[in-house]
Amino acid sequence: MAQVLVVTSGKGGVGKTTSTAALGAALAKNGQSVVVVDFDVGLRNLDLVMGAERRVVFDLINVVQGDAKLQQALIRDKRADNLFLLPASQTRDKDALTEAGVKVVIDQLRDKFDWVICDSPAGIERGATLAMRFADMALVVTNPEVSSVRDSDRIIGILDSKTEKAERGERMEKHLLLTRYDAARAARGEMLKTEDVLEILSIPLLGIIPESQDVLRASNMGSPVTLNSKTSVAARAYYDAAKRLRGETVVMSFPKEKRSFMGKLFGRRVA
Amino acid sequence: MSLLTFFRKSSAPVARERLQVLLAHERLITGKSDLIATLQEEILAVIAKHVAVDRDKVQIKLDRGATVSMLEIDIEVPAAVAVEPKLEPERETEDAA
Repeated sequence: MAQVLVVTSGKGGVGKTTSTAALGAALAKNGQSVVVVDFDVGLRNLDLVMGAERRVVFDLINVVQGDAKLQQALIRDKRADNLFLLPASQTRDKDALTEAGVKVVIDQLRDKFDWVICDSPAGIERGATLAMRFADMALVVTNPEVSSVRDSDRIIGILDSKTEKAERGERMEKHLLLTRYDAARAARGEMLKTEDVLEILSIPLLGIIPESQDVLRASNMGSPVTLNSKTSVAARAYYDAAKRLRGETVVMSFPKEKRSFMGKLFGRRVA
Repeated sequence: MSLLTFFRKSSAPVARERLQVLLAHERLITGKSDLIATLQEEILAVIAKHVAVDRDKVQIKLDRGATVSMLEIDIEVPAAVAVEPKLEPERETEDAA
């Protein structure tokens, strides 16, 4: 039975696309068949983060409008056999997506894959509501920072009212993915702690992804961090989160980033 | 940890408290926004039958307390000239038509 997962946040730049790619790849490496779908029409980036930007021929809108078959638009990942990308259109605008059209595509994907991961655009407009519309569960990506937490709270409200599942009167399953977390700063009282964010948003925690230089390096290389540097703290946290998505119980460990002596001395910190 | 950071007051508790206050407020508003908008439209329609009021001069607020909730309706009615109800012959012909 396929699971349709929307990765959403309200705020931009918190790590939706990075997390979609990393979790998709982690699930695929563990034997699941996965498609990651970019809903950010006009500002697509999942193709770039996945390193497939030069292989895009047809996109989600071509499929929705019947100009291409789903099979023609799906791009198979070169590093993981059972990982596919359905890119967004870069040239059209978001109005080209219709609710009925999206439903048809999602239903087709459900038949073919174990996981359909929808990468939502930022904001609370049409693109974002369409990305979550047919989801079975939601991953709310949040940074430990006031504006991100506020926007996540708003998105949680929308997940509970505007999704098809919510409208059927069912409970929308929501999980928190806390990204760019810096345990040292949280311990010093400079950053919201995990407990603070959990208490405020009151949804269960799927994982904590530590701030890590490997994430930027992976996106530079066009590879999900879970494929590009499998042993990095961020990748291990994503692998754990992927296991929890499948219902496994994994202890919420918090791997520390190794810092060189010189790094400690000069306290390097890259945004 | 330098002396400077040691003496600086930590900011995370401030963030936490600001968020808790803000979100308690916003959850009420967004949850009820449809109700408020509907009330605003309908109240405006009732008043407009008798008095010409400016849309922007009608304010509606809903405060939910633990025990008491208060619906606050604030309507600024223009000076005497406009208070004359627009009666009504033309309206009636309209209705008849």
